[in-house]
Amino acid sequence: MKTSQRFIAAVASLSFVLTACGSSSSSSDTTAVSEDTTVTVYSGRSEELVKDLFAAFTEETGISVDARYGDSGEMAALLLTEGSASPADVFFSQDAGALGAVEDNLAELPTETLSLVDSKFSSENRKWVGVTGRVRVVVYNPTLAPTPPNTIDGLLDAQWSGKIGFAPTNASWQSFVTALRVLRGEDGAEKWLTAFAQNKPVAYEKNSAVRDAVNTGEVSLGLVNHYYLLEKIAAEGADAVVAKNQFMAAGDVGGLVNVAGVGILANAKHSSAAQKFVDFLQSDTAAEYFRKKTWEYILTSGAAQADGLPPFADLQAPSINLSDLKSLDLTQELLQKVGLLTK
Amino acid sequence: MQRTRATFPVLGLAFAAAIVSLVPVWYLGTQSLSRGIQVFTDELIQQRTLTLIWRSGVLTAAVTLASIVIGIFAAWVTTLSGIRGRTVLTIAFSLPLAIPSYLAAFAWISWLPGISGFTGAFIVLTFACYPYVMLPVAAAMKRLDPVHEDIARTMGRSSFDILREVLLPQLRRPIASGGLLVALYALSDFGAVAAMRHEVFTWVIYGAYRAGFNPTRAATLSLVLIAAALALTLAESFARGDDTSARKSNAARQRHSQLSLRARVVVLVGTSFVLVPAVGVPVVNVVSWLGRSTTRATDWATVWKATGQSFINGSATAIVTLLLALPVTWCAVRGKGIIARLPERLTYITHALPGIVVAISVVYVGIRVARPWYQEFPLLVFGQVIIFLPVMVASLRAALEKTPVSLEEVAHSLGTNSFQTLLRVTLPIALPGVLAGSALTMLAAVKELPVTLLLRPTGMNTLSTKIWDFSTISDYAAVGPFALAMLILAALPTALLGTLSSMKDGGS
Repeated sequence: MKTSQRFIAAVASLSFVLTACGSSSSSSDTTAVSEDTTVTVYSGRSEELVKDLFAAFTEETGISVDARYGDSGEMAALLLTEGSASPADVFFSQDAGALGAVEDNLAELPTETLSLVDSKFSSENRKWVGVTGRVRVVVYNPTLAPTPPNTIDGLLDAQWSGKIGFAPTNASWQSFVTALRVLRGEDGAEKWLTAFAQNKPVAYEKNSAVRDAVNTGEVSLGLVNHYYLLEKIAAEGADAVVAKNQFMAAGDVGGLVNVAGVGILANAKHSSAAQKFVDFLQSDTAAEYFRKKTWEYILTSGAAQADGLPPFADLQAPSINLSDLKSLDLTQELLQKVGLLTK
Repeated sequence: MQRTRATFPVLGLAFAAAIVSLVPVWYLGTQSLSRGIQVFTDELIQQRTLTLIWRSGVLTAAVTLASIVIGIFAAWVTTLSGIRGRTVLTIAFSLPLAIPSYLAAFAWISWLPGISGFTGAFIVLTFACYPYVMLPVAAAMKRLDPVHEDIARTMGRSSFDILREVLLPQLRRPIASGGLLVALYALSDFGAVAAMRHEVFTWVIYGAYRAGFNPTRAATLSLVLIAAALALTLAESFARGDDTSARKSNAARQRHSQLSLRARVVVLVGTSFVLVPAVGVPVVNVVSWLGRSTTRATDWATVWKATGQSFINGSATAIVTLLLALPVTWCAVRGKGIIARLPERLTYITHALPGIVVAISVVYVGIRVARPWYQEFPLLVFGQVIIFLPVMVASLRAALEKTPVSLEEVAHSLGTNSFQTLLRVTLPIALPGVLAGSALTMLAAVKELPVTLLLRPTGMNTLSTKIWDFSTISDYAAVGPFALAMLILAALPTALLGTLSSMKDGGS
């Protein structure tokens, strides 16, 4: 028996060693530093995209950011699973659907925060607020498509058969289809998608591949977000890029604006730091950052936009409650049914 | 085979390990019924569920069969074929273990976009999985009694006939246990089917989290995978059959058959038909990323740090998994009766679950019962241990099965208890198997993504999280150095596996 006790003791001490390794490698979050010198952010936006912005927040306020990065949907599942015990103070999501899914776990935001943004781009229940917007556009090759369509029904014209590129697994494309379902109903959406499938669109791995295919003339039109073109121009220079963006007609669902947004957890332990973080995302510093880094539209009213973008007010995005975009799984079933998702 | 009675403490530890591995089942039961039995049955009883069972079943069956064929071929080439350079070949054949399925899938799809769908998923998974069959089969081939072959050869049988009539019947156990791991891996993998856009259970489960924000649905569908894993585990028990591979003569495998020039050419062509798609395509692709133009300079300090962290994660996971797997396997091999064998069977059940489900399960349980460890290193290791326990158990089992029970009996008769026997007699003999299992577990843990992403301590980055991070913003030039570091880091345990595999028993 003595040996068996020694064996168990060895196992136990090993696990203590492992614990020690763990606590030393991760910093402060359990040994809670005095109140609100830190804020815990669950970020559905990629570390490479936002870490410099978070560092600027720390520099400005002295509040350090403990950021967990992951897919927005998985972060929403994480928050729902953690429930009221979640260590998170803030959820910064890549899209509105994930914020809509966790609304019950979020606190109401103050009017000062919400009033800075058009109510179209915030939660109807005052639980989250949009920070930046991504506009769906038709990217086109002017040589092959001198007069690109500006409505989604225009895309069904036979002249575009086999000439439209899209990215079937891309979240923004699926958000657009979700908006189509919300605005035209299940039958209307299925009708449009069936006709679209019959027009033999060409599937690509991702939006950037669609954009490149349009630029080289492999296809004439591509369904992407507005900033992919700006990204290419920034990387390769305006002379190297022939493709152009066609923004959709006022109110057309093809011009959906989806947002990256932010909410504060109802059980946040650092709620004042969390509010400062949200304020910072709406500040000029953050606006400047997003203009240069992501070329998204800044949703804070009156903010300047990135060079080369039409004024945000001119776009007239379709009217939709963005929290309704959380039924993406039903969208995937519909896409599967009409043969646009899998092979 | 003779069995001794498993003593109570060992059995207790074995059951404790099995219960640990069943944590996800607790979560899935609670979560799937959280909105009532009606929602649960509505979700489950649909035409769509049947379609998914069919699609997942076909893919799993195809990948398993193809992996068995390729695995046996590779094992034969590296042990019995008589070809030169067997150690190098063993390492080369093991290399796919170092390549994550999401990287391999991405390499294929960017080279041949047309193969998306079933074909692509089948190719990627098969070439990722065959080493799980190759390694145990190669180990068993070395222990095969050469007498049977000699008899067959003197009777004028060809090499192929000998393989089919003499060797294969003696290789049932390693084929069955390798096949089970492959089948469970194919059921649980998301990276390959996602890149190939092939809709199976894992695709829909991930969709329920990522796109549907519907954990109840994900949990309900995951229970179907649990049921599939149960069925596969039972099937493997039957396929193992009785032990017929006991070695009767003491003839050493000193010499290898001499291959004709023509046969050698055939072997080499076959070998390249395996190695080019399994290793060549992904590696060439990763290397090509390095050459891409990029606006950012590679931050080698970050690459180093992530490599170190991956190494620590992988080693810790391998050590803890080994400690849990030892009593489980010991009971299964040496214990008497169904009770002693039960823990081993139980550890396989959650291996069919996609990583995200295990991760969310550990979150659910961790935040309720292990709050101080939540989002700390121990819980991350715990999550990975749950996933990789069967990989370790399978390796240990193969190793323990060949240790003669008589030695342990002698130890017992001299008054040592079962722990002392385990540590002083059994373990040293089974050491190559222990090392092989640890190397396999470490490889799998280094590649693992979903559990690491959700359970890592805040701020920790590993190679797999960095690769994920840069992939989400499509910066493949930046992915390159991390992917290459992963291949190099993983090549170390792979080389160990290859060397062990070619050293064990004969060969000298």
